[in-house]
Amino acid sequence: MNRHLISAGDLTRDDALLILDTADELARMSDRPIKKLPTLRGRTVVNLFFEDSTRTRISFEAAAKRLSADVINFSAKGSSVAKGESLKDTAQTLEAMGADGVVIRHSASGAPHRLAGWVRGSVVNAGDGTHEHPTQALLDAFTMRRRLGRLEGLRVTIVGDILHSRVARSNVLLLHTLGADVTLVGPPTLQPVAVDTWPCAVSYDLTATVPKSDVIMMLRVQQERMKAAFFPSVREYSRRYGLDAARMGMLPEHAIVMHPGPMNRGVEIAAEVADAPRSTVVEQVANGVSVRMAVLYLLLGGMAVPA
Amino acid sequence: MTEMGASGTASAAGTATHGAAETPDGPRRAAATWLIRGARSASGEPEDLLIRDGVIAETGRGLAAAGAAVIDADGLIALPGLVDLHTHLREPGREDAETVATGTAAAALGGFTAVHAMANTEPAADTAGVVEQVWRLGRQAGRSDVYPVGAVTQGLAGAQLAELGAMADSAARVRIFSDDGRCVSDALLMRRALEYVKAFDGVIAQHAQEPRLTEDAQLNEGEMAGKLGLAGWPAVAEEAVIARDCLLAAHVDSRLHICHVSTAGSVEIIRWAKSKGWRVTAEVTPHHLLLTDELAASYDPVYKVNPPLRTAVDVTALRAGLADGTIDCVATDHAPHPAEDKETEWAVAAFGMTGLETALRAVQEAMVDTGLLDWAGVADRMSVRPALIGRLTGHGQPLRAGAAACLTLYDPSSRAQVDPSASPSKSRNTPFAGMALPGRVIATFLRGSPSVIDGKLT
Repeated sequence: MNRHLISAGDLTRDDALLILDTADELARMSDRPIKKLPTLRGRTVVNLFFEDSTRTRISFEAAAKRLSADVINFSAKGSSVAKGESLKDTAQTLEAMGADGVVIRHSASGAPHRLAGWVRGSVVNAGDGTHEHPTQALLDAFTMRRRLGRLEGLRVTIVGDILHSRVARSNVLLLHTLGADVTLVGPPTLQPVAVDTWPCAVSYDLTATVPKSDVIMMLRVQQERMKAAFFPSVREYSRRYGLDAARMGMLPEHAIVMHPGPMNRGVEIAAEVADAPRSTVVEQVANGVSVRMAVLYLLLGGMAVPA
Repeated sequence: MTEMGASGTASAAGTATHGAAETPDGPRRAAATWLIRGARSASGEPEDLLIRDGVIAETGRGLAAAGAAVIDADGLIALPGLVDLHTHLREPGREDAETVATGTAAAALGGFTAVHAMANTEPAADTAGVVEQVWRLGRQAGRSDVYPVGAVTQGLAGAQLAELGAMADSAARVRIFSDDGRCVSDALLMRRALEYVKAFDGVIAQHAQEPRLTEDAQLNEGEMAGKLGLAGWPAVAEEAVIARDCLLAAHVDSRLHICHVSTAGSVEIIRWAKSKGWRVTAEVTPHHLLLTDELAASYDPVYKVNPPLRTAVDVTALRAGLADGTIDCVATDHAPHPAEDKETEWAVAAFGMTGLETALRAVQEAMVDTGLLDWAGVADRMSVRPALIGRLTGHGQPLRAGAAACLTLYDPSSRAQVDPSASPSKSRNTPFAGMALPGRVIATFLRGSPSVIDGKLT
């Protein structure tokens, strides 16, 4: 496995399965009364968040702490970054502090790549611009495998703003590696122009795709996209690309509904769909901690997981 | 490569190689007599060139001249001094990135004897005063002639025409006008600019970029941009403006020059416009002839440039366009930036690459070593035609007796890695760093004065 986790595309099938299997074991630990493991004792993990994301930061923080790592949270707001300090200067500061792992969230695509060139520790991409979010893809795959028992041959439909979605990019790469069949659905304006070169199918028609889905993953659509003429109105978007009760009814019985959060209820997903038993939204959050524990554990070279 | 001539020549040669005191208005090195022995001319035949008093006094085999410093140019190619229609010398305003003196030093090392300096300085070169300042700085630096490009619109703001006539009539005698860095996107303003410069045989050099189609654009819109999650800069945003401007130039029968053509579609449109007999010319950069957007996979902003690196299909079309003359010339778009503007995240980094020192080498790699262009073609595309477009009379002349002695001696047989730290430019943002490129500029003469000897600045 690489020293860093920057793109889901960097993971081989064996790497990805090792992470998922390790996460399975670690998830069993978290059912115990004492959840903490000593494996990363003495290691320092820095959460470097240049973009607000309380849920992802808390998830990484919980994961690192359950492995007994020392956690430093560095949030861009009110920090030296707000005063114009460059990413490179921040990286040198982290080096001076001896960070073993840096979890970075940044609004610029590629920021983790740049950081990895400037620090010695492992870099974990916690979402970079409109590029990737590999631990989200891993927790999604983990959730699918737990619910449906397999990934090979699974029909996964990802719906929404593909163009700007780091979740979609990472999921397409990882699920392809793991043998699932991905279909991307969204208006043509919100699909990259060269999406035909991606290892997946593409459709503009949600209604036709729903019945052929074992998993349907709804992406958050940002209302400001409307201003840039990507779609005419939120209502129209919701009618054409939202998952409401009627469309949910067309899913195969075993199919699950996923969402990386935070949800726009009533826009890409109806409230009754979000709260339905087949929705895995809350489970995804819980699984996020186990998967991030596995990633930190494997990248930072912790001791063996005790049986 | 330099050897002294017969006794008594030491003072002449010494003056040239060690440099004379700077004078405020004239060339910094006193003229001397030089005999260049056995350089291959662009047509391929070795001949001697005798340079005296700033002009080529004589050409032929077995020349001799008492008192001349002799250069053994066996194996070297003699090209007319290169002419660059497109550089950013950053002065006035961004002297931390480049100055006229450092930029022209880089130009001389690249074999250039004339460079055009774009108008996007601070303040912009939109008045006679600023263009005369840049012109004078070039005269003082003395290593290559500097021709300021005048802004088309005041402050490059795209709203109101700058005083084009005043710049044309100034000491700088501006003939090329451009808002480069920004597109003159207003169709009416573009039409008026094209019409207006006819009065003094000017040309509008358009940076073709439809602004609405390229808001926040970072990288060529295509497979790489989609994969990397970088906002796309679509080819159509360039091609649509070029098509419109070709039609406008035809309508008012004026001269249009297209800066840094980067797409296969643009080449097609220009080929079509030329087939109509319209007065349209175009340039391509060395980096667009050699590099593709795949390099952006590293997210290293040294590859961030505007227009962006495109695809292999575009590179092939650009090379073919340059070879068949659809694209008239190579221009570097030399765009120096300090390290702090490049050692950043991709999206916040500045656009641009340096290019003066590597241009001829990159063209050899892309065009000559591929068999697409011979050295006569290189002389045409890098000296003769750009000089014609800029209406320069003292540059771009064939190396014949009577011509101004502006020339460069080039060794095409060497090959070496590009080392940015060796550059006299103030900036290091070359995309060719660490790449092996063929060729080496051995000497550059500006009106008989060497600015480069033995591959080093004099």
